Amino acid sequence: MVKYVIKRILLMLMVFMIIISMCFVLVKLLPNKPAEQFGKDMAVIEMRRELLGYNKPIIEQYWIFIQRSLIGGDWGISETLYIGQDVWEKFMEKMPATITVNVYTMLFAVPIGLALGIYAALKKNKWQDHVISTGVMIFVSVPSYVYAFLVQYFLCFKLKWFPFQMAAGYDYLSWETFVSLVPAIISLGFGTVAGLARYTRAELTEVLTSDYLLLARTKGLSRAQTTVRHALRNSMVPIFPMILGEFIGIIGGSLIIEQIFGIPGVGPLYIASITAATPDYNFFMLLSAFYTLVGLSSGILVDLSYGFIDPRIRMGSKK
Amino acid sequence: MSEKDYMNIPASEFEFVGTEGRLHDKKLDTKPIGYFKDAFIRFAKNKGSVVAAIVIFVLVLYAIFVPVLFKNNYNQALTDTMYLNYSKLPPRVKSLGWLGMDGTGKETVNSATYNAYRAIAQETGLNPILEVYRENYKDPTASQTATFYDLKADKYYKLGMMQMTLTPQQYEDLQAWQDETGIQVIYPAITDAKQSDANIWYKTDRKGVAQLDENGNFVPIYRTTKPTDTSYHSLRIASDTDPENPYSYARVTGTSQAKSYIVRVCRYTYFQYRYGFEPTFVFGTDAKGADIFVRLASGARFSFILAICISAINLFIGAIYGAIEGYYGGKVDLIMERISDVINGIPFTVVTTLFQLHLANKVGVVGALLFAFVLTGWIGMASRVRMQFYRFKGQEYVLAARTLGASDWRIMFKHIFPNSLGTIITGSVLVIPGVIFSESSLTYLGIVNLESSTMTSVGTMLANGKNYLSTDPYIILFPSLFISLLEISFNLFGNGLRDAFNPSLRGAE
Repeated sequence: MVKYVIKRILLMLMVFMIIISMCFVLVKLLPNKPAEQFGKDMAVIEMRRELLGYNKPIIEQYWIFIQRSLIGGDWGISETLYIGQDVWEKFMEKMPATITVNVYTMLFAVPIGLALGIYAALKKNKWQDHVISTGVMIFVSVPSYVYAFLVQYFLCFKLKWFPFQMAAGYDYLSWETFVSLVPAIISLGFGTVAGLARYTRAELTEVLTSDYLLLARTKGLSRAQTTVRHALRNSMVPIFPMILGEFIGIIGGSLIIEQIFGIPGVGPLYIASITAATPDYNFFMLLSAFYTLVGLSSGILVDLSYGFIDPRIRMGSKK
Repeated sequence: MSEKDYMNIPASEFEFVGTEGRLHDKKLDTKPIGYFKDAFIRFAKNKGSVVAAIVIFVLVLYAIFVPVLFKNNYNQALTDTMYLNYSKLPPRVKSLGWLGMDGTGKETVNSATYNAYRAIAQETGLNPILEVYRENYKDPTASQTATFYDLKADKYYKLGMMQMTLTPQQYEDLQAWQDETGIQVIYPAITDAKQSDANIWYKTDRKGVAQLDENGNFVPIYRTTKPTDTSYHSLRIASDTDPENPYSYARVTGTSQAKSYIVRVCRYTYFQYRYGFEPTFVFGTDAKGADIFVRLASGARFSFILAICISAINLFIGAIYGAIEGYYGGKVDLIMERISDVINGIPFTVVTTLFQLHLANKVGVVGALLFAFVLTGWIGMASRVRMQFYRFKGQEYVLAARTLGASDWRIMFKHIFPNSLGTIITGSVLVIPGVIFSESSLTYLGIVNLESSTMTSVGTMLANGKNYLSTDPYIILFPSLFISLLEISFNLFGNGLRDAFNPSLRGAE
């Protein structure tokens, strides 16, 4: 098991390095005008270029990049977006907003999704199941920004329950911020609830029709007992990794929802860094690395969690 | 009989089977059901999927035919910027008024605007004020001198007047059309030197508030001319009765060789003159004045074409890649899987951004977008095909083919590939909604900019409309509705196909 984990992590690091190297080369191939015009004083510009190693061959620059940024954690300063500010600090300043929204979303979406899925599975082929399944089909398909528009129009504009945008300030845990985040949480949550409900229903119906559940019933357990002790626990084996994966994936944030509700998170930072007239490549490199890492590590964690949740599953065995 | 007896059976013991006549296969009583027919029968049983297929068909027809049939629609011509005068008109269909698609809206206006509406009604006969809910009240939160009106306004009649500069020929043509149809387009010129607002044909104070006479009527400020001026010889408005001082219907500028006429025209009736029908927009017009019905269709057409192209390219690359992976297995599989792992690890937004930065200047925005989709898109298809090949490559018919001397390539694409066709078709169809969703997200965020006078995408329409969410929600409603409907039907359709092609469901109801 340990060997397998190490193998997976090494493999992930390899993939990560290849992707980052490709990004680095591709970004270096682009003209970097703001770096040339920094300060508009030729002597200063030359000094800065020399200092950053921009005049060295690309291989050396790559080595500098690995040492300074990947290992040292110094991702340079912003060149167009927040001129002169440290990229890493700006990034860390934006992280809490993204995480807050997504943690709230998961806290509300996971229980509802599981409950709906379990209820639908228990009432399989009855009208409750049909209602839930139809709703899930619709909610899975409709893009999240459509919910965002609906929520904004009806809850924020017509009923005036919530503000249009997230409350300003850095006090992310206050009640006021929470209220202003509710529209974003609802819009993000619909998709998660629907996806989770669908998955739970599918898994649980499969377990409920299995032989060992029949055996448990013939032993004399009540329906509630078999469901809670046998069916639910077994159906959680594939569901829990899915929740975990979704949770990590969601740290990457939802670009659109954050933009619509004015959440000062990582998503809008990424959009701003590339849609500017001259893209901010330092932000781009950092955020690309971040998104790549989030994607890769969520994949690994999902795989590994199978083994931790259910010891019967031997990860990496030949069988 | 012992074993030995079988060895020496005399020839006389043998006899031919069926010596009487020739043997034939029995003709089948029913029609044979092939793989696709079988799948189709199962698909047709799934009511939801059939409905979804019909909806998709209708949407595709809409995307194909509307941009073609409405080619001469008013915002399609590049040089004609007339549409800019008809912005933010809500949907209006004559027969669907009860659905709320009557081109009206509730408004709160101040007294100056209220008077301007009344003036439009008095001058043109097109009354924008349909109903007044609450009149002449003071808003405690606003300025204490202003009074407000809550009313239901006809947004099409509200358009009012605009100033236009016409050549003598255009001026004559317009008059001829007026004579022919009896619809007034040109209204008398006004004396206001600044000509700031074509709607104000009455006396106002500095703030633009109407100064009424003692009877509460408007005081006209129309220009007058000499009776000898016959450049205007068409319909005249009702108050134009004085033969000594007739109203002037245009301000003439330019030299005597190249005269041009600045006229006040009614936007509503000018539209009739210009395009031959009264302005009615099924889905309304957006903030720039483009007809959403036509614009959405061209955006949809782009989305469909892009999605189908990507689906086809992904199918091609993914099928070959997956087939090689799955068929050869072992080291080849291992190496190729690592390659696709690396490509799969790159976040899609990052890929798109890099392609836009690098390729958009060389192959165009659409080309760069296509490349980005293809770079990561084929992996799903490849892994699907790979699984199918692992499933089938050990089967007897493959062994038989190999024994007969078939080449690897022939076994792969003649023998195994047709067996995995169902999965592949389902996969290809399920790619389409994903592509359309990603494309609309990217264009919405502005990472990819597809907006131009002839082209648009659903995402761009949403992004443009979101600023008017509270005032003109219909601008964003129809693109949202379209994309939601499309995603739901494609998912239903794809699920139906998957169930139909999945042989494990055979026999199960």
